[in-house]
Amino acid sequence: MTAPPKLDLSPKVSDEIRKTTCYMCACRCGIDVHLRAGEDGRPKVRFIEGNRDHPVNRGVLCAKGSAGIMQQYSPARLRAPLRRVGPRGCGEFQEISWDEALQQAVDWLGPIRDKDPKRLAFFTGRDQSQSFTGWWAQQFGTPNYAAHGGFCSVNMAAAGIYTMGGAFWEFGSPDWERTELFLLFGVAEDHDSNPIKMGLGRLKERGAKVIAVNPVRTGYNAVADEWVGITPGTDGLFVLSLIHELLRGGHVDLDYLLRYTNAPQLVVQNPGGADHGLIARDADGTPLVWDRAERRARPWQEVSTGAALHGEVTLADGRKALPSFEILVSRYMSNDYAPEAVAARCGVEADTIRRIAAELAGAAFGKEIRLSRPWTDLRGERHQEMVGRPVSVHAMRGISAHSNGFQTARAIHLLQILLGSVDCPGGFRFKPPYPKPVRAHPTPHTEAHPRAPLPGPHLGYPRGPEDLRIDAEGRPERIDKAFSWDAPLAVHGLMHMVISNAVAGDPYEIDTLFLYMANMAWNSSMNTAQVMEMLTATGDDGEYRIPHIIYSDAYSSEMVAYADLILPDTTYLERHDCISLLDRPISEPEAAADAIRWPVLEPDRDVRGFQSVLIDLGARLGLPGFVNDDGSHRYKDYADYIARHERRPGIGPLAGFRGDGSQTGRGAPNPGQVDRYRENGGFFTAHIPEEGHYFKMANRAYQDWAVSMGFFDEPLAFTFDIYQETLRKFQLAAEGHGPREPPDHLRETIRAAFDPLPSWAPVPAPEGYPLHAVTQRPAAMYHSWGSQNAWLRQIHGAVPLYVPEPVMQAAGLADGDWAWVISPHGRIRVPVAMTRAASPTTLWTWNAIGKRRGAWALGLNAPEADKSFLLNHLISELHPPKGDGLRWSNSDPVTGQAAWYDLRVRIEKADGGPLHPDTGAQESPVGRGRGHLTFGREWTE
Amino acid sequence: MTALPGKTDRTLGLVIDLDTCVGCHACVVSCKEWNTGGYGAPLADADAWGAEPVGAFLNRVHTFEVTPDSGAAMNVHFPKSCLHCADAPCVTVCPTGASYKRAEDGIVLVNETACIGCGLCAWACPYGAREQDPVEKVMKKCTLCVDRIYNDNIPEQDRIPACVRTCPAGARHFGDLSDPGSEVSRLVAERGGFDLMPEQGTSPVNKYLPPRAREPESIDLAALCDTDLAEPTGFFAWLDRALERL
Repeated sequence: MTAPPKLDLSPKVSDEIRKTTCYMCACRCGIDVHLRAGEDGRPKVRFIEGNRDHPVNRGVLCAKGSAGIMQQYSPARLRAPLRRVGPRGCGEFQEISWDEALQQAVDWLGPIRDKDPKRLAFFTGRDQSQSFTGWWAQQFGTPNYAAHGGFCSVNMAAAGIYTMGGAFWEFGSPDWERTELFLLFGVAEDHDSNPIKMGLGRLKERGAKVIAVNPVRTGYNAVADEWVGITPGTDGLFVLSLIHELLRGGHVDLDYLLRYTNAPQLVVQNPGGADHGLIARDADGTPLVWDRAERRARPWQEVSTGAALHGEVTLADGRKALPSFEILVSRYMSNDYAPEAVAARCGVEADTIRRIAAELAGAAFGKEIRLSRPWTDLRGERHQEMVGRPVSVHAMRGISAHSNGFQTARAIHLLQILLGSVDCPGGFRFKPPYPKPVRAHPTPHTEAHPRAPLPGPHLGYPRGPEDLRIDAEGRPERIDKAFSWDAPLAVHGLMHMVISNAVAGDPYEIDTLFLYMANMAWNSSMNTAQVMEMLTATGDDGEYRIPHIIYSDAYSSEMVAYADLILPDTTYLERHDCISLLDRPISEPEAAADAIRWPVLEPDRDVRGFQSVLIDLGARLGLPGFVNDDGSHRYKDYADYIARHERRPGIGPLAGFRGDGSQTGRGAPNPGQVDRYRENGGFFTAHIPEEGHYFKMANRAYQDWAVSMGFFDEPLAFTFDIYQETLRKFQLAAEGHGPREPPDHLRETIRAAFDPLPSWAPVPAPEGYPLHAVTQRPAAMYHSWGSQNAWLRQIHGAVPLYVPEPVMQAAGLADGDWAWVISPHGRIRVPVAMTRAASPTTLWTWNAIGKRRGAWALGLNAPEADKSFLLNHLISELHPPKGDGLRWSNSDPVTGQAAWYDLRVRIEKADGGPLHPDTGAQESPVGRGRGHLTFGREWTE
Repeated sequence: MTALPGKTDRTLGLVIDLDTCVGCHACVVSCKEWNTGGYGAPLADADAWGAEPVGAFLNRVHTFEVTPDSGAAMNVHFPKSCLHCADAPCVTVCPTGASYKRAEDGIVLVNETACIGCGLCAWACPYGAREQDPVEKVMKKCTLCVDRIYNDNIPEQDRIPACVRTCPAGARHFGDLSDPGSEVSRLVAERGGFDLMPEQGTSPVNKYLPPRAREPESIDLAALCDTDLAEPTGFFAWLDRALERL
């Protein structure tokens, strides 16, 4: 027997803690990176934990964040610039110097800029520096720039901005401390990861109710108090039925609708006329409402609760008009939206719809909150209280990734607004700089000229057909056809269409495809197997249809194998970055926040941060803004840009420590700014005065603060547009009005999709494919980045397709069997397992676990290549040909959002494996991870 | 073969809330990263990038699909690590005394220098909470972060197990279960915290809080409504009355 040993209960933890921002997913949590000398005496990551002071995660950290160590030391890290030496797709490369690599890029890009800048397509994937990469593309002069929003959640962003000047996630969050009823739509475990988990924990602690609407009951849905296992693509109909029930019971907040929304605004009634359905305006263009007391039309800001909400009126010019609310009520009180009428289609019982509507009303009105907190609205009225309707909502890709997602997201916002629960105590709360109505956003630009920058940003919010980016013949000006009749409100672009369009030469061919951080040869593309063929397709001359592909990634991904020139990026712990309010903010409802990354470790390889490389490349190309008058480089690197760049006078990438270090929001550039962020834990927060915490869309104190911060230059009085006039303008064009009409083949699509009131249309249901198939984001993986991670891949390495019990039985399947899953587009052969916790018609699997053999430095027989798979092969970026010679995109017709979750399939038992399709193998330019890992050994002996 | 202390001064352990755990594995990985560079040999990962990666983890989350007698099927996420049992069979079975329970706080530990890797303790543990390290072949198990919770080099508020420190949903709680006034004891009392497999007679220290009842509320819709405004015309009459009241 041995005596218990004496333990050292206070062992050394680390030599130093460096605080930076996580990049293991898009949440951007604050992290404390503990460094300790490794075997060679150099600093090594001992431990990563959440930063307790950080506004996003307040100390907690998810599995991905903690596994950042394994990302940092991944064998898949690229080591030096690479030039392709074998055929595309094989992964055969030669290491070259940075000078050679940059010269090669200049040799390709310089002539493009000199002759025809649109022949460069620059798309940046899961970029967290879009305000910078977009500005680079603008200075280059190509119209072809966007990030990954088009295949992610543009429907959510566009519907939110067009409806209420903000959307879910980065634009706002539930009032976790006060909400009583929380509705979660279409979220497995994804964005935003830690804040939602923290919030759910808080709701549980407070005893608030959580209702989760999702075809699959994993993750957050598993702990919800109630699960609504809805049929995919029918959420909008479900929500409109809830609205039907709320209207029937009179459960709407009339005071709120009159004050903050365009419910009272007058809509011209002139059937067949060019103004039918437009908002009636005065000579200055201000929308009009009907003053009930004075019985006359007046500008909306002049009347609050005294406006009419129904009744036809005659305007001064003799035209008839109705308050938009009357049109809304007439629409949704129709029996088409009665619970009985929608129940079968939604897969939700009518009684359940009625009860949930009653619970919504019970929470919003029965549990009304009255905060004794005086405030003044933008009409100048002083309020003694803040009245709260404690119902909040969050929604993500299960809503947005459908071809009806834009209108479904609009329907969800309408539900929130009718209950009076947007930016009130207990409701959904905006995060600064939101709310920002459409008029505070730019319109899109495509005016490309040789050797000239674009006159404005690529992406924006069209106000009507006049803002479409099409030429005189109606042809798209962008390679992805964003802002054309194919996708008029494609406010994030359509990255998923770029390769397909470029190879088809539709609308034109390109010379160079320049990608950053987007695995377009794999999980980020629909139709993966054929996209791989497109990337290797050659023309009659034997040259590749896309002649040059430049790619920047930190790891040996599938996309690396398909590029000609690789610019190796650093890991997130080796780089400067800025999480900017000009970009995708990390603010909280009561504070604006931004943050940096900085090199907490020096790279041990010949790699460079991509943004610094772009700065170098921009200067070598002589782009305006990147060179001084004498032609010298304007910025040393990205850190220098972060501190010194001004987007408008006094407004730069970071809001904190401006000028002499004491100025916030506005102020001269401060060369020491990045150091000040480091000293402050890597982030900065500016708190909203308490009087401005709620009703930001109409709150004088908030708006004055926002102006002082530089979000905008004067208070932005606006209404939530539950009736959306921009949509009506597109509809009018489809009805034959105005100088720009859609082409005939899109006329009916536009007329139906651009409904000024939230509407629901069924997603395509091809005959013979009775089942749905969707992916769910696992909490421990982010896209394809996780599989190289030695720890995370042990959590999700081999994943089957989960099949509902009745479908398993009907197909004669048992756990562990293999099955063919067949869509109108293709077929895959995969292992299956039975589930009961899903809608009875929905098959599902975890997202992006499957890998191409040889990628990510994994062993050739890794389960990610042998047993895990992509649904992407079943989903085409185009609908099946209709015989009209046209290419019909598998997207939302409003925004171009990729309709991943519209997928319909059938399933048949297979005799066995292996996986189908076989996408071949790629060589690894970095070797393969081998052997045992004993991380931390030097500190344990 | 190895004796248990008759009584411990304190009874440190975890209380895990199955109502709140979303199964995100944050605790699993935080535990791994802390402990691989901490107490004892590193937590090895055999064939880490290959066909069959097998690593040692001190804490894992298992997910079970459960179909109740009434209502829809659901997933229950079940985090599992050593429960630091009062009557720990893994200790009494140990032939060398490598497994032991600390008298001062009840933490069950393995003295790796005395561990011969015989695996008897893993066999004796009814919970499957011990894993043999695939490289060192010594027995690995939850230490309750004994090298954190008393560590003077760590800020006081962080002297808690890594899994508790990181849990985003707040589903993990740490404290002294022998102190009836502690936060963890209060949670156990209020929420009906239970022992895992009590019939095994191990008297586990860790407790689990059960999922709360998830029956839909019964709401009397009629009581909430002014009236059933079945037609738009009826609605607009109500609207006029309501607007008068604003």
